[in-house]
Amino acid sequence: MLYNIFIDPFVQMVQMPDLLVQTLWEGLVSGVLYALIALGFVLIFKASGVFNFAQGIMVVFSALTLVGFYAKFSSWGFSGHAAAFLALLLAAGVMLVLAMLVERVVLRPLVTQPDIILFMATFGITYVLIGFGEIVFGGDPKQMIANELFLPSGSVDIEMLGGLVSLQKIDIAAAVIASLMIVGLALFFQKTRIGRALRAVADSHKAALSVGISLNQIWVIVWFAAGLVALVTGIMWGARSDVSFALEIVALKALPVLVLGGFTSVPGAIVGGLIIGVGEKLGEFYWGPLLGGGIESWLAYVIALVFLLYRPQGLFGDKIIERI
Amino acid sequence: MSLKKMILALSAASVLAMPAIEAANAEDSIYVPLFTYRTGAFAGSGSPIADGMHDYLTMLNERDGGIGGVKLVIEECETGYDTKKGLECYEAMKPKKPVLVNPWSTGITLPLIPKAAVDKIPVLSMAYGLSASAKGDVFPWIFNPPATYWDGFTQILNYIADQEGGGVDKLKGKRIGYIYLDASFGREPLPLIDQLSKELGFEAKLYPVAAADMQNQSSQWLSVRRDRPDYMILFGWGALNSTAVKEAVKTNFPMEKFISVWWPGEDDVRGAGDGAKGFKTLNWHAAGTDFPLIQDIQKYVVDAGKSQVSDKSKVGQVLYNRGVYNSMLIAEAIRTAQEVTGNKVVTGEDVRRGLENLNIDEARLKEIGLEGFTQPLKLSCNDHNGHQSNFVQSWNGTAFEKVTDYIAPMSDKVIPLLDEDAKSYAEKNAPWPERTEACDAS
Repeated sequence: MLYNIFIDPFVQMVQMPDLLVQTLWEGLVSGVLYALIALGFVLIFKASGVFNFAQGIMVVFSALTLVGFYAKFSSWGFSGHAAAFLALLLAAGVMLVLAMLVERVVLRPLVTQPDIILFMATFGITYVLIGFGEIVFGGDPKQMIANELFLPSGSVDIEMLGGLVSLQKIDIAAAVIASLMIVGLALFFQKTRIGRALRAVADSHKAALSVGISLNQIWVIVWFAAGLVALVTGIMWGARSDVSFALEIVALKALPVLVLGGFTSVPGAIVGGLIIGVGEKLGEFYWGPLLGGGIESWLAYVIALVFLLYRPQGLFGDKIIERI
Repeated sequence: MSLKKMILALSAASVLAMPAIEAANAEDSIYVPLFTYRTGAFAGSGSPIADGMHDYLTMLNERDGGIGGVKLVIEECETGYDTKKGLECYEAMKPKKPVLVNPWSTGITLPLIPKAAVDKIPVLSMAYGLSASAKGDVFPWIFNPPATYWDGFTQILNYIADQEGGGVDKLKGKRIGYIYLDASFGREPLPLIDQLSKELGFEAKLYPVAAADMQNQSSQWLSVRRDRPDYMILFGWGALNSTAVKEAVKTNFPMEKFISVWWPGEDDVRGAGDGAKGFKTLNWHAAGTDFPLIQDIQKYVVDAGKSQVSDKSKVGQVLYNRGVYNSMLIAEAIRTAQEVTGNKVVTGEDVRRGLENLNIDEARLKEIGLEGFTQPLKLSCNDHNGHQSNFVQSWNGTAFEKVTDYIAPMSDKVIPLLDEDAKSYAEKNAPWPERTEACDAS
């Protein structure tokens, strides 16, 4: 038994290095996608102190909106790349309208309430979006319009280490687009006036208000940014499988990433996502069979909790010392 | 009288009148609840089945005025494939005296098994649920025709043996992968796999997929790549099926060696593109609309705007027709119950007898308008399943094509194991009631 736990997995890694590279690649791709989902949570948490439970359904809703617009255009005889990008633009527009509605109908009336009330309100948003989405789009899974959006298909097969490593082009695209998006958001929040305002709001709502920053405007911007992140996530996950309400469950995989990376740290979301992605794939592949398989759904939490034993403030959180 | 008082009075009157209306309905109608899931993670599989079930029964109401002149009251309850919600549906429907329930989830079926005899409501778990519930002497209130999951698994093994050029001895030394939803449904064949792998000498590799990872199966397929199974068997549902097919294509697993139990439909395969050609599933009925009964559904329900089907082209697809088959069993059980008992407005107890006396032969299939749609089915007091043969169908890029004759299950191995499992179930749930329901002479 000890051999199976401590020796055999490493022997396998040495004997089949191509599979190790493949596992690491799959882990990295999953990790980047988890990081994207986690980023949506972090953005809203930073700006409003609210854990947005609706982030998962926003992934589904935005992707369904995109596919729904495209289907409508197709029924009018307008299809192809132009229709797909128009649908993309309209889906982004819907996420902007959603952000404005959330700010006007949910956040503004509840601004003086404790955080837990706002948290519960995001449950309400979740179920409203589920119901609304099912009424408008139905419950059937839809195919993502990957080709129409110029997303590649097929694979790049590389012979290496005595075997074959297969990189799916859609996964490469997902990794590149997610990385660009993360860099773009980081620059936006670090280098622009709105970004500085957001960081001011994150530090202190009252201080930000006192220097003339509009809290309402910041909330709309940040919910819209989270909506765009959700849209990109929905496109990528949707292209890998299909667009259905099952994606909402995948979005919950971001929770251990947040536990690990911290709720307020953008780098934490990214590095946390990668650690969780790679960790769960390695764990499932090399140690999963010892436990009957299917361990990755809970292994992610174990990885996060083990990290927290050594670094309770999360990967990039500040150590808070309170003197009594 | 002020407007406010008038509204209050009308409300009070309607509340008081409600039981009377319900009682009137109960006297001259048959209540058939349908547990469905048109929402949630499994809606992709649930919606077409719900449409097929609902449309068939609605057609009977529209065309024939119900069954035997008695109108059917059809009510859907949305379970979301969630056991808790399914049990809530059951409790909510119980007071309305349903003549049977279709849980449409193995997870919901299992807790209903002990309730069925107490509440006198038969459970029809069509080709799902507890395989051992095929034993009518132990489970008089549970019916799972036309085949159990254990039958299905052995039919796939028989198909594999045939592909290898002979009998089951050809399975010896083969490595067979089993990828499944890690829930009651997918775990159902595990005891059988354990037993048969020892008896027949094949090596079983298990790849469980948690519901949370249905769309995130890269780990399982990496393991498939490492283990290099000779064949893969799929027991999936909802998004698990479509993702598994896509991942198999991605992994370059030979699709002609990837065979599923009967649940994937066209929409599960189409998204994987040309790479999915050759993917196989079991089935026991035809797809398409070339049957008088399906055409009646189109005429009386779909074209009349009384169906919830999202797209008319979905009528006749595999899972839609699966729902039609399920409702055919319901309708025939009610019709048989009316014949056996002489009652027009039948009860759960009557329909249980109807199910035990179910005999859908070729002549009856023709009469219904389903000639050539499926094989005849006969149930009995002891056999609540039929252990029907299934054929293998293969995806050709646009539709499933039947590629084999009917393949029988390994009854010599399955039946003794089912006996053993039924006995073990009764012991674990002691005191399990002895059957007291009389068998009708047939």
